Amino acid sequence: MEANFPLLSVLIWLPVVGGLAVLIADALARKGVLPGGGDRWLALLVAVVTFVLSIPLWTGFERGTAAMQFVEQVAWIDMLNSQYLLGVDGFSMPLILLTTFITPLVVIAGWTSVKERPAQYFAAFLILEGLMIGVFSALDGLLFYVFWEAMLIPMFLIIGIWGGKRRVYATLKFFLYTFLGSVLMLVALIYLYLQAGSYAILDFHGLPLTITQQTWIFLAMLIAFAVKVPMWPVHTWLPDAHVEAPTGGSVVLAAIMLKMGGYGFVRFSLPITPDASMALDWLLIGLSLIAVVYIGFVALVQSDMKKLIAYSSIAHMGFVTLGFFIIFGIMNNTGSTQGAALALQGAMVQMISHGLISGALFLCVGVMYDRLHSREISAYGGVANTMPKFAAFMVLFAMANAGLPGTSGFVGEFFVILAAFQANFWYALLAATTLILGAAYTLWLVKRVIFGEIANEGVAGLKDINAREFGLLAVLAFGVLLLGVWPAPLVEVMNASIEALLEHVSVSRL
Amino acid sequence: MTLESLNIGPAIPEIFLLCAICTVLLVDVFLKDSQRGITYVLSMLSLLGTAVLLAGLEVPVREMSFFDSFVMDPTARVLKLFSVGAMAVVFVYSRSYLQQSGMFRGEYFVLSLFALLGILVMISASSLLTMYLGLELLSLSLYAMVAFNRESPLAAEAAMKYFVLGAIASGSLLYGISMIYGATGTVNLEEIAAAVSAGEATLVLMLIGIAFVLVGIAFKFGAVPFHMWLPDVYQGAPTAVTLFIASVPKIASFALVLRVLVEGLGDLFESWQAMVIVIAVLSMVVGNVVAIAQTNLKRMLAYSTISHVGFILVGFASGTTLGIEAAMFYTLAYVIMALGAFGMIILLSREGFEAEQLEDFKGLNTRSPWFALVMLMIMFSMAGVPPFVGFFAKVAVFGAAIDAGLAWLAILGVLFSVVGAYYYLRVVWYMYFEPPAETLRIGPSADLRVIVSLNGIAVLALGLLPGALFALAAGAGI
Repeated sequence: MEANFPLLSVLIWLPVVGGLAVLIADALARKGVLPGGGDRWLALLVAVVTFVLSIPLWTGFERGTAAMQFVEQVAWIDMLNSQYLLGVDGFSMPLILLTTFITPLVVIAGWTSVKERPAQYFAAFLILEGLMIGVFSALDGLLFYVFWEAMLIPMFLIIGIWGGKRRVYATLKFFLYTFLGSVLMLVALIYLYLQAGSYAILDFHGLPLTITQQTWIFLAMLIAFAVKVPMWPVHTWLPDAHVEAPTGGSVVLAAIMLKMGGYGFVRFSLPITPDASMALDWLLIGLSLIAVVYIGFVALVQSDMKKLIAYSSIAHMGFVTLGFFIIFGIMNNTGSTQGAALALQGAMVQMISHGLISGALFLCVGVMYDRLHSREISAYGGVANTMPKFAAFMVLFAMANAGLPGTSGFVGEFFVILAAFQANFWYALLAATTLILGAAYTLWLVKRVIFGEIANEGVAGLKDINAREFGLLAVLAFGVLLLGVWPAPLVEVMNASIEALLEHVSVSRL
Repeated sequence: MTLESLNIGPAIPEIFLLCAICTVLLVDVFLKDSQRGITYVLSMLSLLGTAVLLAGLEVPVREMSFFDSFVMDPTARVLKLFSVGAMAVVFVYSRSYLQQSGMFRGEYFVLSLFALLGILVMISASSLLTMYLGLELLSLSLYAMVAFNRESPLAAEAAMKYFVLGAIASGSLLYGISMIYGATGTVNLEEIAAAVSAGEATLVLMLIGIAFVLVGIAFKFGAVPFHMWLPDVYQGAPTAVTLFIASVPKIASFALVLRVLVEGLGDLFESWQAMVIVIAVLSMVVGNVVAIAQTNLKRMLAYSTISHVGFILVGFASGTTLGIEAAMFYTLAYVIMALGAFGMIILLSREGFEAEQLEDFKGLNTRSPWFALVMLMIMFSMAGVPPFVGFFAKVAVFGAAIDAGLAWLAILGVLFSVVGAYYYLRVVWYMYFEPPAETLRIGPSADLRVIVSLNGIAVLALGLLPGALFALAAGAGI
């Protein structure tokens, strides 16, 4: 592919335009101009083509440099000195691939289970995909914010239209919570623009800011990213949103949207306000450890499968934020960036890995929900007897969620715990409790749902997964295992960016 | 006095409009009820003619006429063209509504055009008396229009309330003008500015004058605590009139602040900044909070307007060129959004039935996915969510506030825009998450459907590429 092919723009706008095309095709089908039922296939086509087009991002990515690649720059709003500026580095490129990888799976997962207005459902997911890719590739603060906020609209509709009983409550809570978190970031971005004279994020990185300025900016952005991750104590929207969202919504929410919070920390907080990040790292580490330990206990007592996985997501994302913010302690203790690099690698691998595992687990719950229309753990029991193939997958993903070596869930957590020892023994010890807690709540879930005697007639009448569902779960299982045994290619892609970031934050701006 | 010394050239569009209105008025008298369409066409042609004359006008940086009481500058032209264009959209929206509700009478168009003339005069006012003349022409036309539906007691009450309160506000404005005249010895805004900067004006008198003028401005804008008339008038007036009141006169209010406060009294900025900030904060708070409790959409949009006025005033409160441009951007964006929102209400209304309750939007997504999407875009735009034009309006005013060192005002503003998001989301919720209460087909007339669609698309397009609107707003503060 040519060097100046606007690959990122195509990845953003193809799904958006494809989503609109799905809506138009549906409208034409209602009028009888087009045959009906084509909307699914069109949506799948768009999602798959987007994925295929995103592969050159991986193959054409230059490994050894931290510079932005696939850069596109077009004037956008001259008056605000804001540009249509796109580009990827080692942090954002894997997340874009995760997005393009998950979206076709979501479309396939909703193939038959979405009965009400399917065209709008698929269109919403495609538009959402484009906007999410926009978030990961925008290098202009205002453009980033536009994608970041616009993304809420399709998700608001997805939960609200196709969600469960308390969907209106859940989706309003989701929207207002994230909106409230984000607006302060907007104030911070405008402030940075007034300081830097442009909205380019890389210009923000070089700004000499006083510690007071840094602290305010850091806190304003922290609220936005912490809500998105979500970190304790601003996590309460997530269980509601997950429980009420349709399967596809839960998958996208857990697999991709939560990662934006983590991405925000490495793209904005750490490089723009390194001194404030260092000064306040205790706060972030504390909140992360609370997420890991306390939320782990909360997950243990859930009776709703989706809620349990939602809480497990919060606990696992705690590792991501822990990995990001222990780097200062490590660099302080060891005087080198080596251990800190391990922490960042672990956090990034954990993001990708959690994307695959949580997505897979929500799909598993979706498979069961489609059959028995219940998410209660007590409604199941002995599923392995009637759905052996499904049980195998479910157990695999549960093991990955518990961090079993050989699965992707192990790699990230292991890296972070290992690195945490270099920061502080107690951090590592507390973080390591996840190995017990995670195993406890996940395996207990599996025990109650999958194993044992057949609990009731509903379970007895279950049909095992069909070829479509098998394919979905198999693809994810392959990803989880591949990343578990051979994470090197992923780590290699990020390394240059990680090194550059560490070098950047280790120099004080004061 | 010769004709040359008047320099009527820059005022030719207004003069044309006045002649055109008289023609419409005369022709309408001789028309039968079935021929009312001719009035409509003539009114549209009047607008077209005015727009063409405006566009063809050679506009230097600043040109005075009528002995310095009428000013024409690039900003004035933009505002005027925008007003005329918005008026045309109002007419398209109103036509089918008026036909359905049996109010398709010539007076609506004549009064609207007179109001528009008042707006154009206000935009170009460079003397307090010119300003007052334009304002009264606008206000008197509006009072009559609110009571346009003679059978409706609600409308009569609203008109009465509007008239009485409006008269008090005009009185306050006049009183303030007399104070300023007393302090400076002139009503000409340029001379007032010169007197102030030379220190010739008595400060105490000026301050009292400014306070009273500000009361008048706040009333006309519908800012808290002078907003009481607004919800009643919005709800009581026929939707076609509400549509008008909610949109084009806001441009006039913007011009009122721009000419009087910024151009005339700019040197006393420190004196009026605090007052404007108080009004802005109160408007953002009251507008956004009270709107949550409304179940009538017109009333909800009334409070929404109050909050938008608060945001516009934030731009003025920053007192910089950036802030005034931001306020102008916000005003223009607001007009587009308000037109769309009321256009949707008219689209859903039918003979003898006004779709003014929130409930009436239930399940719109099932009835018409496209118009539900249009309303969704308008609502999210009003809430300030990207990628719609309302977002950039908020970015502009908050940017100006932060730039002027009023970061706390910007933070307050964004927090209350989150509060505001709730009631806009509620409209989306009713449209998308609730089953429809009825299955009737909507919007009979094709032109209405097309213009509402274009209006929605404009909200999105100006959000994706806001550069054009920013360019229009540029230069307002000079």
